[in-house]
Amino acid sequence: MDVNTDLAMWSNQLIISAMVVYAVAMIFYAFDLFGGRELKQTEAGATSAAKPSNVRRTNRKATTALLDPPQTDVSAEISAGSGKEKPRRGARIGTSLLVLAALLHVAAVLTRALSVMRVPWGNMMEYVLTATVITVIVFLIVNVKKDIRYLGTIVAGGVLLCLGLAITVFYTPAAKLIPALDSYWIAIHVPIAILSTSLLYISAILAVFQILKNTQETKNPKWLRFMRRMPASIDLERFSYTIAAVGFITWTFTLIAGAIWAEVAWSRYWGWDSKEIWTFVVWVIYAAYLHARATRGWGPTKVAVLNLIGIATVIFNFTVVNMYFNGLHSYSGLG
Amino acid sequence: MAKKTADKKADNSKQVGSHKSGVTQPQLGFIGMCRWAWRQLTTMRVALILLLVLALAAIPGSLLPQRIQDPGRVTTFLEANGAWGQFLDTIQMFDVYSSIWFSAIYLLLMISLIGCVIPRSAQHWKAMRSAPPKAPRRLGRMPGYESFTSATGSAESREVADQGFLDTAQARLKKLGYRTVRHDDHVAAERGYLRETGNLVFHIALLVATLTMAIGSLFGYQGQRILVEGETFTNSLVAYDSFEPGSYYDANNLPDFRLKLDSFESTFDDQAPGSQFGQPRTFDAKVTATADGKSEKHTLRVNEPVRVGGTGVYLTGNGYAPEVTVKDAKGQVVQSGPQVFIPDGGDPGYTSEGVIKVPDSAGTQMGFVGVFLPTATQNENGELVSSFAELRNPYLVMSGYTGDLGLDNGTPQSVYTIDAENMTEMTDATGNPLLIQLAEGETQKLPDGGSVTFDGVKRYIAVDISQDPTQGLMLVSAIAVLLGLGLSLFIPRRRMWVRIKDGQAEVAALARGEDQMVERAAKDLAKDLADEPDDDPDDDSEERI
Repeated sequence: MDVNTDLAMWSNQLIISAMVVYAVAMIFYAFDLFGGRELKQTEAGATSAAKPSNVRRTNRKATTALLDPPQTDVSAEISAGSGKEKPRRGARIGTSLLVLAALLHVAAVLTRALSVMRVPWGNMMEYVLTATVITVIVFLIVNVKKDIRYLGTIVAGGVLLCLGLAITVFYTPAAKLIPALDSYWIAIHVPIAILSTSLLYISAILAVFQILKNTQETKNPKWLRFMRRMPASIDLERFSYTIAAVGFITWTFTLIAGAIWAEVAWSRYWGWDSKEIWTFVVWVIYAAYLHARATRGWGPTKVAVLNLIGIATVIFNFTVVNMYFNGLHSYSGLG
Repeated sequence: MAKKTADKKADNSKQVGSHKSGVTQPQLGFIGMCRWAWRQLTTMRVALILLLVLALAAIPGSLLPQRIQDPGRVTTFLEANGAWGQFLDTIQMFDVYSSIWFSAIYLLLMISLIGCVIPRSAQHWKAMRSAPPKAPRRLGRMPGYESFTSATGSAESREVADQGFLDTAQARLKKLGYRTVRHDDHVAAERGYLRETGNLVFHIALLVATLTMAIGSLFGYQGQRILVEGETFTNSLVAYDSFEPGSYYDANNLPDFRLKLDSFESTFDDQAPGSQFGQPRTFDAKVTATADGKSEKHTLRVNEPVRVGGTGVYLTGNGYAPEVTVKDAKGQVVQSGPQVFIPDGGDPGYTSEGVIKVPDSAGTQMGFVGVFLPTATQNENGELVSSFAELRNPYLVMSGYTGDLGLDNGTPQSVYTIDAENMTEMTDATGNPLLIQLAEGETQKLPDGGSVTFDGVKRYIAVDISQDPTQGLMLVSAIAVLLGLGLSLFIPRRRMWVRIKDGQAEVAALARGEDQMVERAAKDLAKDLADEPDDDPDDDSEERI
């Protein structure tokens, strides 16, 4: 039925190619994350103070490269290394490879879309395919403003895992939409849902790093030595929050757009369908997360745990609810 | 108030010898208790717990069948689970979203919200009408702080130069959207009032949305109807197969309209491999809607409801209605026309089940129970199955019964099942149960001399017809929720002060709430106001020390 099977096959090939490049990117990022050279136990302040002539240059570097202006460990570490060794070669190669993988990935999404001449998010496989590419693009865009390359390992690894699932467990042959999905609302509701998922995912990784960094700052166990080069946990927390806040707004939009679509398709905007229930649960959890930050007695680590519970419900909503729960959103495409 | 409580406590502590520790409670009194409860409820901490409990309480509704979705599945679950099912039913686990406990949680949350929104609105109202506060004595303690020497003016005109500097600063801040007020030696400025406005709008809109949801279910209605091709639906109570009005809906006042199903067409995928094979691709119902004497043709689709007379008509299902003619022993036609067969939801091949009731035959009543296969094929086990949803090899397989259909004893029964308790199964010449197997156009003789003919197949659609007068309000509150949220999360609320004394200028910024740009704001303004514009932005950072 008007499906270009050649293009669909190309798309599958491109997914595999992208996966290979993602795998290599992940390895380079991992070298950057774990294999960074050890620093002597010099305090950040001491380093800058010892080389006053260097301060200005390092600050410039820091402001472009960091979450927040100076005075964190990282600025000191970068300043210590700048000029002598090539800084963070692993991260540079990782990012270049990630860009290459993203190009292949975008091509895979486009060929898939062209093979069926419709939006590329009509079933679980396509949703994952698009959500992962959006995650990578969001990650790369954020990196232009703030250096979060230390997340690269997890981003590339996560994308690799998801694409692996997409071409196996979630695999669905290219085909036209079912009538229930054939609406212009699919071009509004679903991409924003995808964007939300990507944002909340990145926020959650930051929350994990925040917890690790916090442990390193307070207890400093040996196995967390690699975290020394991370920004301070308070900065990680703030950034994680900002992204989650954007994600919360887009999720709210997803929910509202979904309700409007539900009225068009099923005669009511809200009917406590299992997907609606879990979208609501996710929304309430993130609402709680935003409030928790302003609540006495909720330390940053506890708040970060709430963020992680949030992403767990997002993932549950996508996987278990789609595949095992009875409901009107049975669009997984899995027979 | 806090002091009073402390005094009471002190009093009580003297009596501790004779009483045990809990004595402070009765002394609080009823009003005191209420006040305590109110204050607890409106704290962020309790609101947060309520939010988390709300999320948790919503989950069982996705794990257990719910009456609002599928009462049939609830009944099945209850039958299968005995006492456990009964227990779950007692604690309203099959009506989670209208249960006492779920309602209690969201009502508490709403009260907590009201208790938070009202004082904050009052506070914000005041803040919006008051001038930005004066500069604190030590600006250096602010999160954003810059100081530099303003080079303009000689010592004689220092005063004039300083005032000029403040003029510039004030103009600059105004241009940046700050509300400013001028003092002798400094300018005080504040911006981002919209942040709190957004916050309040968001929370109020949430309250309105929740109320709207509750009200909508009271004043609207929802009904279902099956329409076979050629049939006309007239909007009146008797025309519905099922009808669920809200508590305050006047069902005698249904909007007047008619809807005729002219034809229904569907296409299914016969190209795609794997799980996509046989999936539906289009459902098009051609209908004619008549209201106020005007007829209009529409194509009703899954995502394209027909809106007529203030109601929406939504396509929710479709299936096949085989046309069967039954003749009795005398050759009289006792039954003819399309019979709605219900497709098995899980089968992409649309294998459908249905019955034919023949109450008016000459001898005894007859009933037929059967399966309709749109594309009959033999599977590897030799069983007849439908391999595709379109009509490629329509086939009807039925068994027949004679006896009492039980239509006259008054108990309501489904039109899609036959109660065969008082009936006997028809048998063939060898005494085995009679199997009626018909391709389109075929006729089979019945043992008593009558016959069954499979004339053809008609399509039917299932539609939801519903009215919810509050949808417009819901949409407005939803948009307000989104706008308010955007403002409350991304408008930075910030105070700034610019002070000058003897040419020594200070710029300070204080964030109120989340504001990552607060240091930057002070730095940028300082750079702007410094007399010699500096090309290298990094030079500023050195002055911070």
